[in-house]
Amino acid sequence: MCGIISVVDRSGAAMDGARIKDALSMMNERGSGEGAGYAVYGAYPEYADCYALHVFFDNIIETKASLDTLLETWGAIVHEEEIPTYEQPRLKKVHTPWRYFFRPDASLMTGTPSPEEDIVTYLVMKVNTTIPGTLIYSSGKNIGVFKAAGWPEEVADFYRIQDYKGYIWLAHNRYPTNTRGWWGGAHPFNLLDWSVVHNGEITSYGTNRRYIESFGYKCTMFTDTEVVAYLVDLLARRHGLDDELAVRALAPPFWDEIDEMPEREKDLYRAIRLTYGSAMMNGPFAIVVANRDGIVGFTDRIKLRPLVAAEEGDRLYISSEEAAIRRMAPELDRVWMPGAGEPVIGRVR
Amino acid sequence: MVMRIDATDLHYTPLNRQVREAVAAGEDEIVLEHVLGQRFIADGLVGEVTLTVNGVPGGDIGMFMRGPTVFVHGNADHAPGNTMEAGRLVIHGSAGDAVAHSMRGGMVFVRDDIGYRGGIHMKAYNARHPYLVVGGEARAFLGEYMAGGTILLLRRGSKEPFAERGLASGIHGGEIYVRGEVDDRCLAVGAVKKPFGEEERTRIRPLVEEYCRHFGCDAASLLADEYTRIGPASARPFAGKYTWE
Repeated sequence: MCGIISVVDRSGAAMDGARIKDALSMMNERGSGEGAGYAVYGAYPEYADCYALHVFFDNIIETKASLDTLLETWGAIVHEEEIPTYEQPRLKKVHTPWRYFFRPDASLMTGTPSPEEDIVTYLVMKVNTTIPGTLIYSSGKNIGVFKAAGWPEEVADFYRIQDYKGYIWLAHNRYPTNTRGWWGGAHPFNLLDWSVVHNGEITSYGTNRRYIESFGYKCTMFTDTEVVAYLVDLLARRHGLDDELAVRALAPPFWDEIDEMPEREKDLYRAIRLTYGSAMMNGPFAIVVANRDGIVGFTDRIKLRPLVAAEEGDRLYISSEEAAIRRMAPELDRVWMPGAGEPVIGRVR
Repeated sequence: MVMRIDATDLHYTPLNRQVREAVAAGEDEIVLEHVLGQRFIADGLVGEVTLTVNGVPGGDIGMFMRGPTVFVHGNADHAPGNTMEAGRLVIHGSAGDAVAHSMRGGMVFVRDDIGYRGGIHMKAYNARHPYLVVGGEARAFLGEYMAGGTILLLRRGSKEPFAERGLASGIHGGEIYVRGEVDDRCLAVGAVKKPFGEEERTRIRPLVEEYCRHFGCDAASLLADEYTRIGPASARPFAGKYTWE
């Protein structure tokens, strides 16, 4: 069990983090105080053209220098600072959160249409597997992930989440079941533009992980959700699938449903299932994925986890519970429960 | 005298404690105002009390409840009427997944739609017989592993045949009535269509009438329609699944 709440303002208007903290805290029953986190899009307008790298350091003295050297090898550090945090009585600060605003040198990565993104992805994988005590957990432009091991309100107060503003927010309250709770295992999971929050279990994690690692991604955070962020990056960014098709690859219709489709659709869905068989996710899940253009929510094909969507003017909300949405917006224009495996898409205009 | 409790910013533990204390003190009509996300309302509550919930409650409302009548003016979350024993739960709105989960007595009325796995594992024994009446649509796996009781799905506003997968998957007791046609592909392991005649129409009449009393609609026209009745093919649908006799 975990709790999810997310919102996009389709006009691009900024919202501060105060209300999403309240909404997430309402679902404390869905968590265990061992992980909570927030992702905000539009967090760093003053450095909008830089990659904002958020890093957990175990120990600044011994580990930071090697990261600085690596970043300077691949580009320029435009600005860096410790992420401001505020002591909380029950939250133990076991890592030091740091942020770099980094500009990769595109000339250093050849033979790719997206050298900057490939440099950042390479750095995330390299750092997380080879520099002990250093974890890059957020690496998008104008995006910030703020997470730790604690209850939603403690984590929010630790970072003063109400001081950040953005047009997309993702928030997650964790109840770890298969691996221990720790800072890196809290959601959202992020790579470049992609952030993911997830309630459930990816029982196909082994298959998905082997598949994604064959494309150079490395899973380092001891939890299944990480693989979803990389799968989405592979399918949507590198293979160019649109939102709808990417979701259909991850949670495809059943074969008997495909058999009933009109000929063209049948061919398309058959091709997706055959091509992305190893990317297909099994097990119970409700997931919201964001990138700079919007959010997409979907569940597993037999709906083993809850997901509610709602609209209020320009805002689209996706959450585990309607009450949490109403905590942010008491009067909603429309509330509905999306069908199993059916993507709910909120795009910024 | 109606007792009112303001649930604004109140955690479910003190809220439910106040409700239990009020019932113990002899209150028979309680109204909860500004409910938002509080779980476990009226759980294990015993007695003749009427409880009105204004707002959107959290999951498992009416769990293990024995006797009270609960009116919800808002949408319910997951599993309203979970393992309910007796009484009534009347939801003026829609409800989430696993409505009437393991329910073993009493009645649940939902004005609009319900989510997945409605009536999962409902059961009946001796004089106990649970009823789930849904005015709108139900999603897949309705009546999954159903062992007893009655589900009535009215599908008001729907014209196409019911087409959600896994209907009555593993059913081995009880019956499901769906207004209108049911696509044969929906029927899951152990579920079969059974005849619907005047005797069955008489059986659902009080349910339709009570639904219409709660939510204001025309019972006669709903009762005049045709229904599909689904029941178990056998009392042990999985008898041969793990053992060979």
